Order: sequence, then C-alpha cells, then structure tokens
Amino acid sequence: MKKAIVIMLTGAMMLAAVACGGGSSNSTPAQESKTEEAKPAEETQETVESTVEEPEQTEPNISEDAMNFEDYMAAATDTEVVVQGSIQGKQNYFVKDDQGKASIYLQDQNGGAYFIYELPCTEKEYELMEIGKTIKVKGYKSEWSGEIEVIDIETWMFVDGDYIAEAEDVTALLGTDDLAAKMNKKVLFKGMKVEPIKDKDNNDVAFIYNYDGSGTEGDDLYFNVSVNGQTYTFTVESYLCGPDSDIYKAVKDFHIGDVIDLEGFLYWYNGPNPHITAVLAQ
Amino acid sequence: MRPFRKTAVFAAACILAGTLLTGCHGSKGRAEFAVPEQLDESQKIELSFWAKNDTNKTQTKIYEKAISDFELLYPNIDVNMRLYTDYGKIYNDVITNISTNTTPNVCITYPDHIATYMTGDNVVVPLDSLIGDAKYGLAGSELKFDGPSKDEVVPQFLSECSIGGTTYALPYMRSTEACYVNKTFVEKLGYELPDVLTWDFVWEVSEAAMAKDADGNFAVNGQKVMIPFIDKSTDNMMIQMLKERDAGYSTDEGEVLLFNDTTREILKTVAEHAKTGAFSTFKISSYPANFLDAGQCIFAIDSTAGATWMGSHAPLSDISKDKFVEFETEVKMFPQYDPANPRMISQGPSVCIFNKEDPQVVLASWLFAQYLISNDVQIAYAQTEGYVPVTTKAMEAEAYQDYLSRMGEDNDLHYDVKIKASKLLIDNVQHTFVTPVFNGSTSLRDAAGQLIEDVTKSVRRKKTVDDAYLDALFDDVTALYRLDQTTGMGSGSKEDMGPLPTASKALIATLVVTWILIGIYYVMMKQKSAKK
Repeated sequence: MKKAIVIMLTGAMMLAAVACGGGSSNSTPAQESKTEEAKPAEETQETVESTVEEPEQTEPNISEDAMNFEDYMAAATDTEVVVQGSIQGKQNYFVKDDQGKASIYLQDQNGGAYFIYELPCTEKEYELMEIGKTIKVKGYKSEWSGEIEVIDIETWMFVDGDYIAEAEDVTALLGTDDLAAKMNKKVLFKGMKVEPIKDKDNNDVAFIYNYDGSGTEGDDLYFNVSVNGQTYTFTVESYLCGPDSDIYKAVKDFHIGDVIDLEGFLYWYNGPNPHITAVLAQ
Repeated sequence: MRPFRKTAVFAAACILAGTLLTGCHGSKGRAEFAVPEQLDESQKIELSFWAKNDTNKTQTKIYEKAISDFELLYPNIDVNMRLYTDYGKIYNDVITNISTNTTPNVCITYPDHIATYMTGDNVVVPLDSLIGDAKYGLAGSELKFDGPSKDEVVPQFLSECSIGGTTYALPYMRSTEACYVNKTFVEKLGYELPDVLTWDFVWEVSEAAMAKDADGNFAVNGQKVMIPFIDKSTDNMMIQMLKERDAGYSTDEGEVLLFNDTTREILKTVAEHAKTGAFSTFKISSYPANFLDAGQCIFAIDSTAGATWMGSHAPLSDISKDKFVEFETEVKMFPQYDPANPRMISQGPSVCIFNKEDPQVVLASWLFAQYLISNDVQIAYAQTEGYVPVTTKAMEAEAYQDYLSRMGEDNDLHYDVKIKASKLLIDNVQHTFVTPVFNGSTSLRDAAGQLIEDVTKSVRRKKTVDDAYLDALFDDVTALYRLDQTTGMGSGSKEDMGPLPTASKALIATLVVTWILIGIYYVMMKQKSAKK
C-alpha cells in the first residue's frame, strides 16, 4: 500500500510538472502567455546569454556600403540610408513591444556624426556596444523637431574598427547658425559660467528639475550657463545620465558663479539642446 | 522645454513592461476592506500619494498646497507625494509594487490601468461603500472639509470610473481632444470656419494649404515648412473616427473589433493626405503646438490639457519667441463626420486607492482622495490647463465662474485659448464617450494609433497603401500587441479558461486516487493496531 501511495504521489508530481510546464495551446489565455514572458531573473539571464553566445548569427549582413556623411546629409528625409560610425554615447536600454531598443550617438573619423534612434538590440548586444566600437546601420533618415536622425532600423551589425572622438570645442559657435553643422557631435563648451535659473517658487538657483522646476530627483536637470555675455540653457538628460551618474551629481553641486568646461552631445530640439555628459575642471 | 518624446516612448515601454509583469505578481490576496466605524485620530498615519503633473510647476504647487491643507485638517495623517511626469511610469511602478505589497495609498491613474491592477485580489479598493458611507462618504457628516455629494460629481465622469459595475476610482480632472485652428490662415485660403469642423472641410483646407508660390514657399505662410494638419495622439484619432462612424473598436467584454472595413477606409484616407504632406503626426514630426505657433500648421489636434501651449500668445512654448507668428486661434471640437451628432472622447486622470492591512489607513486614503475633488483643489488645478473640474459643485462655484468669465484678460491665468478649451468640454459633456475598459484595453489603444502611424510613414517612404498592405498591417499589429490573445478579457471579469488540459485532468484524478489510498491505508492501520 505504501508503495502504491508513493507511486501515485510521484505520478502526481510528474503530472504537476507537466501541467505547469506551459505546454502552449491555442486556448492559452493572454494572461498566461504574459506570465510566461515575465520569467524570473535567472531564466531571463539564460536567454540573454544564449543570444550573446552566437552574436554572428544575430548579426545581419548589410551588403551596401555605408554612405559618407555628405551624402547622408544630402539625402531627403524618409529615404533609406546606410551609415557607419563608432559609438560615442548610448542612452539606456529598454524593452518596447518585446524588442530591446537603445539610442546611440555615432561618429566617424571624417567628422560625420549620427544619432541612431531606437536601435533594436538585445540587452547583451547593448552591453557589447562599448564606446569606440563601430557599427553599420540601415534605416530611414528622419527629422524630428530639427534633430536629424536614423530611425526604424531594419538591420545593423558590428564592423571592424575602434574610434573614440575628441570632443570638439564649439564654444565660439554658440548662438550662430554654424552650430547646426555640429549636430550630434561630441562637443566641448569652455569657460562657461553658471548663471541663476528660476525654480518653481521663483528663487534663483544653480539648477532645476525639469525645464520649469516642476520636477523632482530623477528628472532631467536644467541649468543656465553664459559665455561672451550670452546665456544658454543646458540639460542633463536623465535618460542619458541618470541620478547615479557623475554628471548628474556634479550639476547638483553647482553654485552660481562657478566657471566650468562642459562636454556632451549636441542634440537638437527646435534649436541646439546640448545633452551634457561631463563637467571638466576649470 | 516639454518632456522629450522619450516620455511617450518610455510610457509605451513601461506600459508594455508592466503588462508583462502583471502576470507574475501573483495574487497575494488581502482581506476585503470594510469601512471602520470611526476614524481613529489618535493613530499616526502616513500615506504615499503618487501623482502626475504635465511638467507644470503650478500643478506641482497645487498638489503641495492640497497636501498641507489636508494635513492641517487631519493632523494625524501625513501625505508624502511622489511626482511623475507620465502615466506610464506610474503604471509600471504600481505593477511592480503590487508583488511586494508596497503600492502607494493614493494614486492618480487611468481606469484602463486600474483594470490591470485588479488582476490581484483586493488590490484596489472598491469605492461604492465608501462613497455611500453616511459619515465619511461623499459629503459625509464627519468630514472636516466641504466636499461634493455623489450627486455633485458629474455622472458621466463618475461612470467612467466603473469597472464591471463597481466604482474603483474618483474622477480627478477631465479633458478631451480639441482642434486648435489657425483661423487667420483658414480665411486667407478663402474658407469660412464652421461651428463644427467636418472631416471633408479639414482635408480640403489642408490640401489647399499645400499650394506653393514661385519661390517654392508655401503660399499661405510664405515659409518652407507647412504641415496643415497634425495630430498629437493617433490612438485617440482612430478611436474618435471609428466612434463617429459607429464602427467597431471593441466590445465591453474586450473582443477586438478594430480591424474592420471602416478602419480600412479611414486608413486609405489618411494615406492619401499623408502622401501629399497635408497630414502628419506627433511621432513623425513633433508637437503640433510647435508648428501651430510658428504658423506652420492650421489644424493642430491635441488634448485640451495642452491648451497653454497653443496659439500666438501661448504662455508655454518650446519654440523661441522670434519664431511665433501672429494669428487668431479658434478651439474647435474634433472634426466630425456627422456634425449634427457630434462625439467627443472623454479623457483625463482619475484617483484610486489601494487596499492595506489596516482599515484606518484605507479610510485615511479615502479621505485624501475625496479631498482632491473638493472645490479648492478642483478649481485651482482646472485652471492650470484646459481641464474641467469633475464636480458640478466646482463648475458652478462663483470662483470658477469668475475665472471663465475673464477669458482673455491676460495671457497667463486667463489665456483665452485655455479657457475656450475648457468651455468646449463643459458645453459638450453630453456628447462625450469613453472606450471599454478591460485587461488589454491599453494594448488595443496602442494598436489603433499604430495603424495610423504606420500608414503615414509608409506613404512618406513611397510605399503603396492598398488592401494587401492593410491585410499585412492588420496581421502585424495584431501580433505586435497580442490582440489575438485579449479576446474575451472582459471588464474585470474572470475570463473563460476553456476546458482543463488533459495533464491537469490526470493530475486531479491522480490526487483523488492518492487520497483514497491514503484513507484506505489509514483505516487499515487503525484496524491493525486495534487488533493488537
């Protein structure tokens, strides 16, 4: 009898394992399917690892040669483009519609700079995109509020070559139309003086959260800096450099009157909107 | 500057991530909440309140004032606010915190999201018994503030917070989609602006605005840029158009009806006008307000909650002052197919409360949620944008009526475009509608917008939008948003899981047999020991 009970219990356990195994069928309700996707961290890690072990298989081959920067700039928006450059900066990784995505700043050795918007990749591929590594990307040229970028990426691949660009000093171009030619580049602003900015209670402070002071810790930081008698508003994009980043912490230590050098990427939003990534000692 | 488009993208990502996480939070069931007899004012209670502002410092200050005023009335209750700038992040954080029983006490949210929160047992507090409580309910006898009665909450707005016949939230603010029109350009093109915009009118004027002069500039504005018609929210656009046509979107139970012949017809029309450049979207071009204010757009569709960004004298703007052009702005209802029978989508945040072990904490949460719909908060917050208070008590209050009557006195508090936007909704509450709420309704909404975005992009890239294209698009969007898996997930109801799988049936049978064997074995052992 004991044996019979043990056998039955063993059988029950086996059946339980089978029943919980998620054998897919057409009648599986959506919620179950979603549960299946939200695997524990360990399982997710395994999935990521297995993708990474075979990077060649996931890398599509882009047969076309990359355009040079001049041809890229001359191309009309909504046309297909192939560009190549080395990674200079990357925004954080997130999953959207079951697809990991990342936005990347690329630069080539001939002065070309590209913003790649929502490049589809796995988390591990994102980790492999170290600063300096080169990728080739096929997508569509687009313009959003003045920002020229590559979107709807069809394919991309790592290619040989490493390059880390020196930040270009564009301080003298601030306030001029010529600054647009430096869009998406890694740039440097020298001798910038921290000016007051109004917080939500109309007090003069060195920085605020959100453009009007309505935000809190974790939101974008905004601060005013001046050079040659002109004041400009710069941003620390929380998406690019979050509250744990050195630059985010550094800006929170700013004092009105500090003179600093700033490094960042020349993003565009209805005009220059530099996304600052580092403060350099004066 | 307004939040970068990452907000929209991140919101979508968060919503999706949250949806995926929902399944694994398990159902750590709590006991159902029962209203305590009395609020224990000797008990120190700390509440967390997760709120959203439109990147608007005045809204932040109103929340802060509401909290301090409430704490003065109830000294034993402290409210800690956590501010967000988009609903997607709130949603994601709530979902994450359900699993650890660390949800906020009070939360600004949407009914669509609440439907997902409710997949846990007793996570969100049903409000009907609280609303009707004689002491602490709406206008209850023990309240320390002058709150609205149930009859004073606009019935349509309150009904929007009902899921499966139970009220799970209080409406907090209401808005709708409006069309902000450059009337000056419409007239310059030789047209007269009608009281109610029709689709035929909007498309015709938009195409007329594409004419260029000999220098290659658009004739109507003399600039190189003109996108006559831009829609901020393409999901709302598709939902509106389908509702106006009485076409399918979804059933109340969650059956997807989006992919129908009317949808095809709408998408072909959209493609026609996107091809000429007369129509674009926020995701493709940018905020409609940026183009409208610069004289580069004639019909800008956006929420009434974005009214302060619209017009020649908009108090908030992302473009530099030198780019503004002077024109007369009109605020009109969303374009209609049948102007005699207009339809307007109702939207705007609501406030829900989360269940906790201590009923005193839940009662305190309810009091604070209720305080948010008292006149002081409602009137102040509604004035920050083209919002509308959710109570007739606030709408009819002297202070609010005075505010409305001073339309155009200045370009700040009394900015005319903002007050026109509020009046648009106030005057048309009877024409408002909402879409069914069910677990999965957020995905369906995203899918509706995706159809318009994809069609618009495709024609800009010289692709042909025909029935074959639409067949493939419908399949792609169905798969992307898993719409083939949402069918039947009705409003908070438990879906039919279908017959048990064979393995499960076998498991149950085995367990039954095992218990029988254990029982027989037990009886045999008893008999054996009795014989001894």
